[in-house]
Amino acid sequence: MSDTAVPVTSRKDWASDQDVRWCPGCGDYSILAAVQFALPELGVRRENVVFISGIGCAARFPYYMNTYGMHSIHGRAPAIATGLAVTRPDLEVWVVTGDGDALSIGGNHLMHALRRNVKLRILLFNNQIYGLTKGQYSPTSEVGKVTKSTPFGSLDTPFNPVSLALGAEGSFVARTHDMDRKHMTEVFRRAHEHNGTAFVEVYQNCNVFNDGAFEEITGRATRDEMLIPLEHGRPIRFGADADKGVVMDSQGRLSIVKVADVGEDALLVHDEHRENPDLAFALSRLARGPHEPTPIGVFRAVERPDYGSLMEHQLVEAQARKGPGDLAALLSSGTTWTAG
Amino acid sequence: MTSSTTTEHGHKVETIDRVVIRFAGDSGDGMQVTGDQFTNESAIFGNDLSTLPNFPAEIRAPAGTLAGVSAFQVHISDHDILTPGDAPNVLVAMNPAALRANVGDLPLGATILVNADAFDERALEKAGYATNPLLDGSLKQFKVYEVPMTSLTLEACKPTGAKPRDAERSKNFFALGLLSWLYQRPTDTVFNWISQRYGRNPVVVEANTLAFRAGYNFGETTEVFESVYEVHAAAHEPGTYTNITGNTALAWGLVAASHLAKIPLFLGSYPITPASDILHELSKHKNFGVRTLQAEDEIAGVGAALGAAFGGALGVTTTSGPGLDLKAETIGLAVSLELPLVVIDIQRGGPSTGLPTKTEQSDLLHAMYGRHGEAPVPVLAASTPSHCFSVAIEAVRIALKYRTPVILLSDGYLANGAEPWRLPSVDSFPDISTPFATEPNATEDDGTPVFHPYVRDPGTLARPWAVPGTPGLEHRIGGLEKADETGNVSYEPANHERMVQLRAAKVAGIARDIPPLEVDDETGEAKLLVLGWGSTYGAILAAGRRVRAAGHAVALAHLVYLNPFPPNLGEVLARYERVLVPEVNLGQLVKLVRAEFLVDAESLTKVQGTPFRVAEIEQAMLVSLGVDVATGEHPAAAEVHAGEEES
Repeated sequence: MSDTAVPVTSRKDWASDQDVRWCPGCGDYSILAAVQFALPELGVRRENVVFISGIGCAARFPYYMNTYGMHSIHGRAPAIATGLAVTRPDLEVWVVTGDGDALSIGGNHLMHALRRNVKLRILLFNNQIYGLTKGQYSPTSEVGKVTKSTPFGSLDTPFNPVSLALGAEGSFVARTHDMDRKHMTEVFRRAHEHNGTAFVEVYQNCNVFNDGAFEEITGRATRDEMLIPLEHGRPIRFGADADKGVVMDSQGRLSIVKVADVGEDALLVHDEHRENPDLAFALSRLARGPHEPTPIGVFRAVERPDYGSLMEHQLVEAQARKGPGDLAALLSSGTTWTAG
Repeated sequence: MTSSTTTEHGHKVETIDRVVIRFAGDSGDGMQVTGDQFTNESAIFGNDLSTLPNFPAEIRAPAGTLAGVSAFQVHISDHDILTPGDAPNVLVAMNPAALRANVGDLPLGATILVNADAFDERALEKAGYATNPLLDGSLKQFKVYEVPMTSLTLEACKPTGAKPRDAERSKNFFALGLLSWLYQRPTDTVFNWISQRYGRNPVVVEANTLAFRAGYNFGETTEVFESVYEVHAAAHEPGTYTNITGNTALAWGLVAASHLAKIPLFLGSYPITPASDILHELSKHKNFGVRTLQAEDEIAGVGAALGAAFGGALGVTTTSGPGLDLKAETIGLAVSLELPLVVIDIQRGGPSTGLPTKTEQSDLLHAMYGRHGEAPVPVLAASTPSHCFSVAIEAVRIALKYRTPVILLSDGYLANGAEPWRLPSVDSFPDISTPFATEPNATEDDGTPVFHPYVRDPGTLARPWAVPGTPGLEHRIGGLEKADETGNVSYEPANHERMVQLRAAKVAGIARDIPPLEVDDETGEAKLLVLGWGSTYGAILAAGRRVRAAGHAVALAHLVYLNPFPPNLGEVLARYERVLVPEVNLGQLVKLVRAEFLVDAESLTKVQGTPFRVAEIEQAMLVSLGVDVATGEHPAAAEVHAGEEES
């Protein structure tokens, strides 16, 4: 709202005065830190940033940010944020949600925000469990999950949040994890730059109810062999010695190979701007769960007009065509007659 | 009634003071269009009028069945009227099903015009007639005119070259033409409307125009009808008038409120009968800066409106009963956040899907109490279609000034019903803008200025509205209980009680900011007070006039503010020996009044998906007054066109 230069800030300027009350050791702490590290670098003013959340452990996030914020009701944050974002395009609106909040009770709103391409940055903290209600299985829990509500194992096939976002016409879809601040910060920066709905799945460890869910792929010892970094325009390869890679066969199927076996030129080159979401979707299906080599980074980033701008454009056009609203003219726009 | 002149074709011209006409046909027969256009002609002519559309929930139920009958009733008069009329004097029935579905509502001696072409064996069977009512004598107590509307329409439309199947669809305009002749209506508006509405399809314009003319000329040139009828213009207050439905008035009221509040209007809404027309209407007015979002569901509609309100817009959501159920949690959040929000509920028959296209007043207690926790919300109700305009502005005023969700109740009857409305002067509207917070309002222990989102205005108890984008006022709000003043999350027991009390006191305090209840008690001698709310206004007032004309005193009062009640309501109730509360539900206001004021109020209820008839309320008033009504047969049954006292 001001013309002057954006003040230089540091992480502490973005932290509110409230004590953070997540369980000690929770992955949410490192995500909060990454966001607070990322924002000072983005050239935005604190007063123009809004965090909106629903219900769950992740949803406490806005209380800890020294910005505008709303801790709303279960699942509805994308809908509430939509109303804010389309009426206030000058604001930078972030949604913080969890796997239960976004994919169970609020699944409908998430889908529709994505297809409309509302200018929101949606961070989905995926810990594959219900934490705040003390440990029931979630819509991302693996089949057979034994919890208080599923003592004989869960029966439901889990959602793959990246696949779901791509299927819902997401224009920016990414994945990162709570063990790598640098990666998170970079993905958050990319989300900030995107003009439309930026969806980021963050693998997050719940050390109380689902400890180690992502340990196989994000642990320091195994990370290099299990995470497949996606970089636009670069061949997709991974491994401590970059000895493994991803290839696509003539049927469009992806598989993991040894680079030595196929040669570097045979590797699939990542293209996040590809209009057709097939490649991104195929990458999202490469791992069947966080125990197989898993792609992280930006799966898809394509340009599509954002919903608020389209809406704004219709208003501007209407005003150009009809002139600004005239109340007296509106009231007499139907058939009128005069008495007396 | 006078009979003074004749037309050039020798028809007598009779002058009548009012008439109630019901157009009835298949859902696809265009009866709503026909009724609308007859209404428009009458409005332009200067009659007072009131309308009652009545259509099935199915878009096209099987043709020719009772389930598919759609009707439109219009009451026109040369004097001030208040309702669409208890019973039609004239029924236009386009097929046997339309006759069968409506004949029971007709008083003895009523006029029936039927499309005789439609009374074939198959159609009679579909309507459930064992014998043809036009032949079996069952209609002998009515005056029946059999007009071959279909064949005359086909004949008239021949020059257009339209296929018979298409030309037949113009038969509603034949009926409109005939009625327009019978009641000597001006016809220019219909021709203009036809050209505008069907302009893209010249064949349809021509067919409808020819069918209308054929109907008009049929009346004039044949000797089927003895008389034409004149209903003179009513003596309206000087001014410019338009004919308006409740839903249009609500939409325009919201546009006006946004203008007066100097903040942009945002509507989040999900299509639902009978509220969708507000979404449609507002979606047209983008040049007023109106943003409309057809949300993915009812919850998203209200959520987006609340999000817009957080950002400083006028957030509105519109719905009907089932949608209000779904919005309850978000309305509770708005109570806790203390942000302005307007929720408009166009009530319909419930529970569940209920009667989607029929009217009811059964959401009052839902609006009052339909949320978990102590979650008080101001509730207002519109009384007439045109009243929807000003009550929308008032709902917005309260929402903005007190930073609270407000529920505004209308219903299917008001939503689709129309009446003439004298256009208010735009300059007379109040300024309802409310300032945003711009400065810190507290200091930390060390003297640093800070912003506390829950420091209240001592007069209104409203908290500051600090919108994102305002430097220095960054703050967090949420649905968790918060500490008084600072707004920080607090589970402290005494604080919770204090916050619950503050939210209740804020809403209760609105009573100081609304007009006292006006009582219409001409003589001051009435022992009986009839207390109404919402769309029963017209029927109660009309019934009151009849009872007074019969020599009895009765006091009338109508509530617009249901929560909080006007500050003098208790005193008003205490003044009368008896209190009668008519409602289109099983007695919801009466519960509130009895609970709040310990008065032994009587309840008059009806839940048939239709508004009260004047006679029903009149009867209840007389019973309550101790008048012997057993002997008094209802005058409406006397004679067609013979006006009863007033309705």
